Amino acid sequence: MQNVDPILQLQDSINRRTFLKRGSGLGLAALFSLMGSESFADTQFKRVGGLPSVPHFKPKVKRVIYLHQSGAPSQMDLFDPKPELDKFRGQELPDSIRMGQRLTGMTSGQKAFPVAPTIFKYQKHGESGLELSELLPHLAKVADEICLIRSMNTDAINHDPAITFLQTGSQLAGRPSMGAWLSYGLGTENRDLPAFVVLTSIGHGNTNDQPLYDRLWGSGFLPTEHQGVKFRNSGDPVLYISDPAGIDKATRRDMLTDIASMNKLRLHTMKDPEIATRISQYELAFRMQASVPELTDISKEPKEIIDLYGPNVKTPGSYAYNCLLARRLSERGVRFVQLYHRGWDQHGDLPNQIRRQCDDTDQPTAALLMDLKQRGLLDETLVIWGGEFGRTVYSQGELSMTTYGRDHHPRCFSIWLAGAGIKKGFAYGRTDDYSYNIVENPVNVHDLHATILHLLGIEHTKLTFRYQGRDFRLTDVSGELIPAIMA
Amino acid sequence: MLKKSARIAFHLSGVCLLVSGVWSLPTKNSIAVRPKKVDYNRDVRPILAKCFTCHGHDSKAVMANLRLDQKDTATQKLASGGFAIVPFHPEKSEVVERINAKNALQMPPTYSNKVLSDEERKVLTDWIAQGAEYKSHWAFTAPVRPPVPTVSNAKWAKNPVDNFILQRLEEEGLKPAERADKRTLIRRVTLDLLGVPPKPADVEAFVKDKSPNAYEKVVDRLLGDKQYGERMAIDWLDTARYADSNGFQSDYERFQYRWRDWVIDAYNKNMPFDKFTVDQIAGDMIPNATLDQKIATGFNRNNRVNTEGGIIDEEWRIEMVIDRVETTSATWLGLTAGCCRCHDHKYDPLTQKDFYAMTSFFSNIPEQGFGVDAAVNQVPFIKAPYPDQAKRMESLISQLTDVRIHANACLQADKPKAAVWTESTAQPKPPIAVNPLVRYEFSPERINATSDRASQVEQPTMKGKYVAELGRSTGALVTGDQSYVDCGNLGDFDGTQAFSYALWINPKSPSGSPIARMDAGNGYRGWDLYMQGNRPAAHFINRYPENALKVVSKTDVPTGQWSHIAVSYDGSRKPEGIHMYINGRSVPFDVEVNSLKDTMRTKVPMQLGRRSMGDVYNGQIDDVVVFERAIKADEAVALADVSPAMPFLRIAPEKRTPDQKLQLAELWSYQNDPIYRKLEDERKKLAREKDSLDDRIPTVSVMQEMPKPRDCYVLIRGQYDKHGKQVFADTPAFLPPIPKGYAKNRLGFAKWLVDPSNPLTSRVAVNRLWERFFGTGIVATSEDFGTRAEFPSHPELLDWLATEFIRTGWNVKGMVKMLVTSSTYCQSSEVRPESVAKDPVNRLLSRGPRYRLPAEVIRDQALAVSGLLVEKIGGRSVRPYQPEGIWNETAAFGNLVNYKRDMGEGLYRKSMYTIWKRTASPPEMTLFDVPSREICRVNRSRTDTPLQALVLLNDVTYVEAARFFGQRMIKEGGSTPESRVRFAFETLLSRPPTHDELAILAAGVQRRLKHYAVDKKAVDELLAQGDSKPDPKVNRAELAAYTITASAILNLDEALNKE
Repeated sequence: MQNVDPILQLQDSINRRTFLKRGSGLGLAALFSLMGSESFADTQFKRVGGLPSVPHFKPKVKRVIYLHQSGAPSQMDLFDPKPELDKFRGQELPDSIRMGQRLTGMTSGQKAFPVAPTIFKYQKHGESGLELSELLPHLAKVADEICLIRSMNTDAINHDPAITFLQTGSQLAGRPSMGAWLSYGLGTENRDLPAFVVLTSIGHGNTNDQPLYDRLWGSGFLPTEHQGVKFRNSGDPVLYISDPAGIDKATRRDMLTDIASMNKLRLHTMKDPEIATRISQYELAFRMQASVPELTDISKEPKEIIDLYGPNVKTPGSYAYNCLLARRLSERGVRFVQLYHRGWDQHGDLPNQIRRQCDDTDQPTAALLMDLKQRGLLDETLVIWGGEFGRTVYSQGELSMTTYGRDHHPRCFSIWLAGAGIKKGFAYGRTDDYSYNIVENPVNVHDLHATILHLLGIEHTKLTFRYQGRDFRLTDVSGELIPAIMA
Repeated sequence: MLKKSARIAFHLSGVCLLVSGVWSLPTKNSIAVRPKKVDYNRDVRPILAKCFTCHGHDSKAVMANLRLDQKDTATQKLASGGFAIVPFHPEKSEVVERINAKNALQMPPTYSNKVLSDEERKVLTDWIAQGAEYKSHWAFTAPVRPPVPTVSNAKWAKNPVDNFILQRLEEEGLKPAERADKRTLIRRVTLDLLGVPPKPADVEAFVKDKSPNAYEKVVDRLLGDKQYGERMAIDWLDTARYADSNGFQSDYERFQYRWRDWVIDAYNKNMPFDKFTVDQIAGDMIPNATLDQKIATGFNRNNRVNTEGGIIDEEWRIEMVIDRVETTSATWLGLTAGCCRCHDHKYDPLTQKDFYAMTSFFSNIPEQGFGVDAAVNQVPFIKAPYPDQAKRMESLISQLTDVRIHANACLQADKPKAAVWTESTAQPKPPIAVNPLVRYEFSPERINATSDRASQVEQPTMKGKYVAELGRSTGALVTGDQSYVDCGNLGDFDGTQAFSYALWINPKSPSGSPIARMDAGNGYRGWDLYMQGNRPAAHFINRYPENALKVVSKTDVPTGQWSHIAVSYDGSRKPEGIHMYINGRSVPFDVEVNSLKDTMRTKVPMQLGRRSMGDVYNGQIDDVVVFERAIKADEAVALADVSPAMPFLRIAPEKRTPDQKLQLAELWSYQNDPIYRKLEDERKKLAREKDSLDDRIPTVSVMQEMPKPRDCYVLIRGQYDKHGKQVFADTPAFLPPIPKGYAKNRLGFAKWLVDPSNPLTSRVAVNRLWERFFGTGIVATSEDFGTRAEFPSHPELLDWLATEFIRTGWNVKGMVKMLVTSSTYCQSSEVRPESVAKDPVNRLLSRGPRYRLPAEVIRDQALAVSGLLVEKIGGRSVRPYQPEGIWNETAAFGNLVNYKRDMGEGLYRKSMYTIWKRTASPPEMTLFDVPSREICRVNRSRTDTPLQALVLLNDVTYVEAARFFGQRMIKEGGSTPESRVRFAFETLLSRPPTHDELAILAAGVQRRLKHYAVDKKAVDELLAQGDSKPDPKVNRAELAAYTITASAILNLDEALNKE
């Protein structure tokens, strides 16, 4: 049983098995031959699943890579320059700015709220002159590709509700995640891979950072098949993808052939179409076992690509590796790649932590944009980078010329988007002199969701699911498009 | 990938036409044939509901001042002068004009995204033409028992269920299916009632039993089997959002399994559903509530608890209260109350005020929104011994009393002799410590540092004022904010070096490090003993947490009380090399971090009372001993074995209290009176057993009512701090009031739920039982009985069952028996062309139910047929195989990290006992549609994905089960491949294989025998899967071959379905 092409063997066995001819006539044989042809058809980029009515209009974006920076990066140290703020270093944050806003229990007991200007320098980059902090030298090289929103805001002040809100449109558990909605509405382009893949990593910033939760990629009340499939950093890249030791590919194929034959007999007896579904899902599982290892094997990537993403790219589970994997998933038609990178929750010792964090992330992020672009994929892929809220301008704990910390800040933060359908080298929205309140063009989480769905050809109020008598949607009861950032 | 099964089936439908004539495949909820006469509830309301968003009873949202949800408002004169609805006159009704308009007048307007189909417009028009009769929503009026219909095929009907089903089938011109054959039937009903397949002997007995009530006898046997309670409880755990962790950020473990076991027991005892309800909602408030009734209220304490630092207490307390209202409403009333958190319900007559009035029932428990961030149950909780534990405890207490009486007599007799000693002063002597690196005793004047290697020992330096008080052994050092001891350069261990430490502590507050050599400013390099709340933790750190080892005791050390702690470490950098002792007893611990790779040597001194900086230990310390080796268990016992009376010797006799004198007298008698010593040893033994039993007695979080109820308010937009009008506990106005004789409190609410006047509870309950056995409820939307609920497929049957349930005293087993003994249930599930044409998704029950088994049953079945299943009911949750890293990949907090599977029995318990961490649930369960248990779910989706195939083919659980099943085939299935395949079929599928099936599988066995005969390495690898060992008498290559065939059989569609 060694060295036999398993697919050929299956086809051979199908031809051999005589029971088909003894079946109740043409029906079952025809059924089976259809299933056979479907099993082996080249299904790349042919949409499977999804709702017939979706997309509602011609999409600008085919696929999304969402680089979620978990823990919440500091906007004023990376994206939101406030050069005037140096004058106020150490001074108390004026009440006119803070306006009695809610604080977390971590700083609500603090006696003073001294202003902590960033110690990092900003510079204009590219033709667009987009201002970025010196912490992001690589992103600076692709500044003309990105659209920076400096006026994001959210409702939640603690990590769990905030990240749940960003990923599911509600602060409370129970709603489907964005990727699940897309899988439900748009289906998949590659049947041999999941429509919605999740990748996780942690950086060297705050190495004891916030956890992630299954619900962030869960399907809520949508059918479970739409939940994100988390690729793992060690062991099998997808749970249970490897055959157990002692079962080689040929043995597996031979066994699956027996299962298929038996199930076809049962289908013939019971005539329950669900049996046909099961048969095809087992074949699909077999094909996934081939496609996933091929996907995660980066050994054939050329040296210039490895160099582009930086030295960490060869370490499975690193941010760099996950960025490269995101590209490989995306180019194979995976609808939604949700990456989570932890380590941004920098309450103390922020300057050192954020340096380490940017060392891990800046180069791979920029590399991903360049890599997608050189493959022509950036024209059909939307890339999003950002955290679940911002950080406070006042220092949490010790403030000196070299160190400070920042607490959670929901009232403003910065994210950027790049790729299909998005303006390039563009900054949107403005915060006040303290990067504390938004003074121009606020964008809330529902607006962002509405816009992402729009770019995918989905009218956000129309992608709904009836549950408990109510038509739920990702944007709940809100969400305004942001035409200004769309190309 | 991951496509919906119905979709694939749709692709195939063209082909299926050839087989069966017509085979259309509509959605789950549709019923084939539309009724002819327009009925408001059935036909009109679902359409009109599209208008209710703007023309319904949400007072704030009403547009054009028009409400279409009630007749008087819909038919009154409009501001425009026209009429929306004129009964019998569609041509005069503006509604008809507007729904047919194609201009700006069009309703619903285009911006609403709502559209009416031609058919829906016709229904509305016909309804107005027929008089526009409104009816109140069917589910909101109490069910009236309908007469049992007569049917032409009366012989078919075994009980009234069948009359209702058959009447409808006859109306549609359908015939029921043949009765399923006996083998199919017994497998179906056994899986349904026990969650495991029938044993072959039971199948054969049933097949042979020709008596007319043979099937009924089977059902009675199953209803009496203890596994029935387990199977029934599975669904209840989903509704009750039962789990073993808190959810949210650090997601610590909690312990509600005593409540879970109560549920199993309640089903097995056939507790009437009304009592089952009242006990769970308000058992604590029943006069003279029993322990069981209190445990039952754990239902509404299974909610998630947020323990994230920095959250606002009240905000999350409100979330818990709201979760209770939503869960209770969904579970008993089939109502989706959650919408009313922010506004009046759009579709149901439930107002925001109603909603907050209901929160008042669930708000008055003495809890905080901000939970304790540790692996403990949240207050209020109670000790909840199992019956055998309670009995043993009672016996221990009585034995202890006896021993004490005898011992007291001895003390009396010894008194004169003892006085000589007890009335003198002496220097207390601590127990012997063998070869310590250093030992510190605290005399009133100074710290005495002794060592077997005196040259190495620096004299310690007291920082701050030295205060030595009466201690537990020699004298007590007091440490705190300004006072600690610098021990100098001692204890600079590398991590590959064994060492131990032991000391008495009496903490004032549960935090800080009593002993440490740790550089807090440099990644916490070093080691220490740390009070993590009341749990002592031991750190061994290079850099925290990526290069560190941390264990936390599972046993508490109380504040304000002396405890002896000893930690022994063997230098292996592994948690297995650590032993922790409290008061001489070895205690279990959680491994919270396990990544120590490098040295933990550091330059900072060893200190008593703090780390290099901060983490101050406030309290007393006595008799500190550090060893450069791993001490043994008996040494830990000896070091802790100090009479509490010993320190009193230091007090001048005239200053001793009577109690101190007594204790010294006891000490004298113990050392000098052999009879007393024997009694005292006996007492210690009993006390130890009592303590250890006490540790094992579970606690459970329960409902408790505060003496003064909290004030409750309408919360504007649902925000915790935006109070609107004050509200008082009450039930929704559109439902009957709380029955007379009950207060408007939680108990009154519970009684109201099960009062016969309540139109919802019994309907919702029987519908869920129906869904359980037939796959879809009579009301398909079992989670919603509101006005947007799908109209029942058999409304009269639903009402009959609901009234029958009440009439029989809410007899659950009785109802289950009626359902599973009906001819409807016993039909063959084979799909016939005529059945599929008129009843495509079997809502009319023209055939038997056939659908995939739940996650739990699929795994339990594999364990059962392989012989691995451990049939044991209840107890603490277990840790079966789980792919490595599931808990750690996304979180480093809490005690639910570093998953370590159980050895032995814990691997083979029923799936319902698998530990459930909410933020990282067991993957093989969620892949098979078990909900996340974060919030209440009353039904599950039923998907079919390739990831499921991968679990069943590759998960070690299933590979091991296949190996054991294969071994049974060889040992119990005769000597030929054919007889062995037949054995497997009969064991798993309760039937012999057909000729074709036997041919396929037997040929497969032959091919695999050949393969494994030559590949010894593959054999060894395959047979090494799983913890259990193969029978050495079985030929290994043969076993490998049968393992593959057994796995194939376990993966058959038929095995995964109830058929």
